[in-house]
Amino acid sequence: MATPQTRRAGTIILAAGLGLAAWVLAASGESAEVTVYSARSHYGQEPAMEAFTKKTGIQVKSFGGEAGPLFERLKAEGDKTPADVLISIDAGNLWNAARAGLLSKVDSPDIAANVPAHLRDPDNRWVGLTVRARTIMYNSAKVKPEELSTYEALGDPKWKGRLCLRSSTHIYNQSLIATMIKRNGEAKTEAIVRGWMANGPTLINGDTKILEAVAAGQCDVALTNTYYLGRILAKDAAFPVAAFWANQPTPGTHVNISGAGVTAHSKNRAEAIKLVEFLTSPEAQQMFADSNFEYPANPQANVNPVIGKWGKFKQDDTNVAAAGEYQAAATRLADRAGYK
Amino acid sequence: MLALRPARRACWSWLAVGIAAALAVPIGAVVSSLAVPSRDVWLHLWRTQLLELIAHTVWLLLGVGAGTLIVGGGLAWLVVHHRFPGRSILEWALILPLAMPAYVIGFAFLGLFEYSGPLQTALRGSLGPGTRLPELRSLGGVVLMMTLVFYPYVYLLARVAFREQGIAVVETARTLGRSRGGAFLRITVPMARPSLAAGVALAMMEALADFGTVATFGYRTLTEAIYRVWYGMFDRIAATQLASVLLLFALALLLLERRSRGRARFTQAARGTATVEPRPLPGWRGAAATSVCLTVLFFAFLLPVGQLSWWAAAVVRAGRVAPDFAALLGRTCLLAGAAAVVACALAVLLAYAVRLHGGGAVRLATLLASMGYALPGAVIAVGVLLPLAWADHALVPPLERALARPLGLLVTGSAAGLILAYVVRFLAVGLQTVEASLGKISPGLDEAARMLGARPGAALRRVHLPLMRGGVLTAAVLVFVETMKEMPATLLLRPIGLNTLAVEIWERTSEAMWQEAAVPALTLVGVGLLPVVLLIRLTTRR
Repeated sequence: MATPQTRRAGTIILAAGLGLAAWVLAASGESAEVTVYSARSHYGQEPAMEAFTKKTGIQVKSFGGEAGPLFERLKAEGDKTPADVLISIDAGNLWNAARAGLLSKVDSPDIAANVPAHLRDPDNRWVGLTVRARTIMYNSAKVKPEELSTYEALGDPKWKGRLCLRSSTHIYNQSLIATMIKRNGEAKTEAIVRGWMANGPTLINGDTKILEAVAAGQCDVALTNTYYLGRILAKDAAFPVAAFWANQPTPGTHVNISGAGVTAHSKNRAEAIKLVEFLTSPEAQQMFADSNFEYPANPQANVNPVIGKWGKFKQDDTNVAAAGEYQAAATRLADRAGYK
Repeated sequence: MLALRPARRACWSWLAVGIAAALAVPIGAVVSSLAVPSRDVWLHLWRTQLLELIAHTVWLLLGVGAGTLIVGGGLAWLVVHHRFPGRSILEWALILPLAMPAYVIGFAFLGLFEYSGPLQTALRGSLGPGTRLPELRSLGGVVLMMTLVFYPYVYLLARVAFREQGIAVVETARTLGRSRGGAFLRITVPMARPSLAAGVALAMMEALADFGTVATFGYRTLTEAIYRVWYGMFDRIAATQLASVLLLFALALLLLERRSRGRARFTQAARGTATVEPRPLPGWRGAAATSVCLTVLFFAFLLPVGQLSWWAAAVVRAGRVAPDFAALLGRTCLLAGAAAVVACALAVLLAYAVRLHGGGAVRLATLLASMGYALPGAVIAVGVLLPLAWADHALVPPLERALARPLGLLVTGSAAGLILAYVVRFLAVGLQTVEASLGKISPGLDEAARMLGARPGAALRRVHLPLMRGGVLTAAVLVFVETMKEMPATLLLRPIGLNTLAVEIWERTSEAMWQEAAVPALTLVGVGLLPVVLLIRLTTRR
């Protein structure tokens, strides 16, 4: 009783099925390579990965995704995971993966020499690759740098109606608050955040958008990561926003990292360690520094000239693991303080 | 009514319950999180924001429901029953926003209309520095964005329904002394109610699931809180529990929707009754109709596409065009096609089983299987991931022992697993559309088929399917386009090394590189248009 249409539909479905089967089989082929689960877009990473392959002959396969779900996949795959290395933005995500037993300890003298201690896991399960500084941005036509000093001082009433912040749901400000909790304790930090809120900040979800708002005069001061400004300045040198290094000379400006760790169930552990070592080397670090205006984790690499103009600054040397340890507390603190 | 032999009927309902139960496993995985106590997080949410979140979610749903009903239903009525300049083009062009991902339109709108955007900057320049437009980052802004991208669901279904009603009913009402407006409100709308309700329910479920828009616009809903708890407190379990609350909303929505069409059955006598003869709108009224349609089309489609093209041009000029688009396109379409075929086939089976049997178990199973649509993509993706990984860990070790070689993971991270996720996520889209269309076929036809000796399967193939061709096609296109745009499940469940257009967009937007994302986004919209245009052609010609 099959009509020509149903027969044709049947053929199409069959062909599609076969194609998919072939595809599934093709996906399970094996060769000497390292698989990277990356909760950081491959942008900025590609040159370093290519240099690694060129140098060692080891292929790198990158699998990108959002940090939270990617963590679930790594965890669900367990001892069968194809992942050898986990790369992620935000130390908190790496801290969380390490806490769940998904990352393994790597005691490499190279890595220890390449990256300062506060940018590494105290237990050596992950290491920072790039440094992301979050500091005060100001409209250079309306604010003088002398008026600025610390994150805390953004709660001064003189900034009422002049402050822009990113939504507290975003991890960047959660990490900033988490580090403050580690340094100052919850009560003091909550007072600081309440101070910001008392100034009625405009909440904007997106660092680039915040910088545009500062340039347009919607607000005069803000907190963003510096590389967003770097990207804009590279295209438009006259952009009227400047970076001010907060909390100098002590305790220093808040930094976070994007970093990497070797997975607990890596099937190519030696190659995976080799990759992480290479990524922290001056050669690879220079590529990171040149591609996205982030600061290299390895101080031997030079910063990009666009951001070199902002001068040297002292980093808050609280271990970035604090971003993970106190992140839940930071989110709750923001909720209590009415920071949305 | 001719009774079916019980054995045959039972066979259909078992089949349906089986399929639905399998598709409801991921929902089960989400709900099972409730077994783990997270009192602490709930207490914290209760103290700080829970009531606000629920209120915001309700307002959003009401806003999007009303918005899509008015815009989608109104436009469909305008286009089907009237003749005005540009109507033949607008009739299909108004479906185009369907191909526009919500995360794209939101960003384009903010870029143009926020304080630092070109429009407000120009206004401040000419009217003085105090000039401000209403804040887009608000309930109104979010409802506007979602209405603009979700109204096509209502429009599509309503358009088909209005067309199928024919003109006879309206004429009858007119003969009985109703005004045109009266006939519309008293006859046309109530008769199209199943389709309108189905479309609005889809739009509202999509609004429930959306994270991208509410996050971009800083409007806190339950969905936004799910991510806040998951990513911000590293508490996936509590996040999934919050998602279970979303399921309650979705369940209420679907039950309401089913109630609204349940008792009243509107069936068309047969095809071939006098088709609608559009009434000419002369003079200014015609111009008004044209400009209403154009306004919607402009904001929902032309403007964001223009913004994307602007960015894309800048990227292309700078020579930063990216990857191998042919391969990306091929994979995106293959995946979306497979998901559309599977989802629609299952939707037809399920809808038909409900029609045959209609028992509580079948209905309930079908309802549960459609819940995936109201969950945020990342949550349902994890719901699919966990059973897949569980299956792998249970099945692979014995298999490895039998074959004496390592196999790795077979279903986790396979294309089949990804397609399953799409089906779980978008079954509701297929089901709503197919059910709305199946419901319009008179039960008399089932009886006639049976009297002539056709078994249910044969009746489905030879009677129902040909009659609901438009509905099934609409369902397939909707699922196809939805799958193409889908991001979270694709990111999480795809095989390693398999990238789609949506993945390419993520690679750029996750680093806030919106200009670079414009090229793949524009490609996505362009490819999404093809099936939409095809659909129009196939459903316009009878």
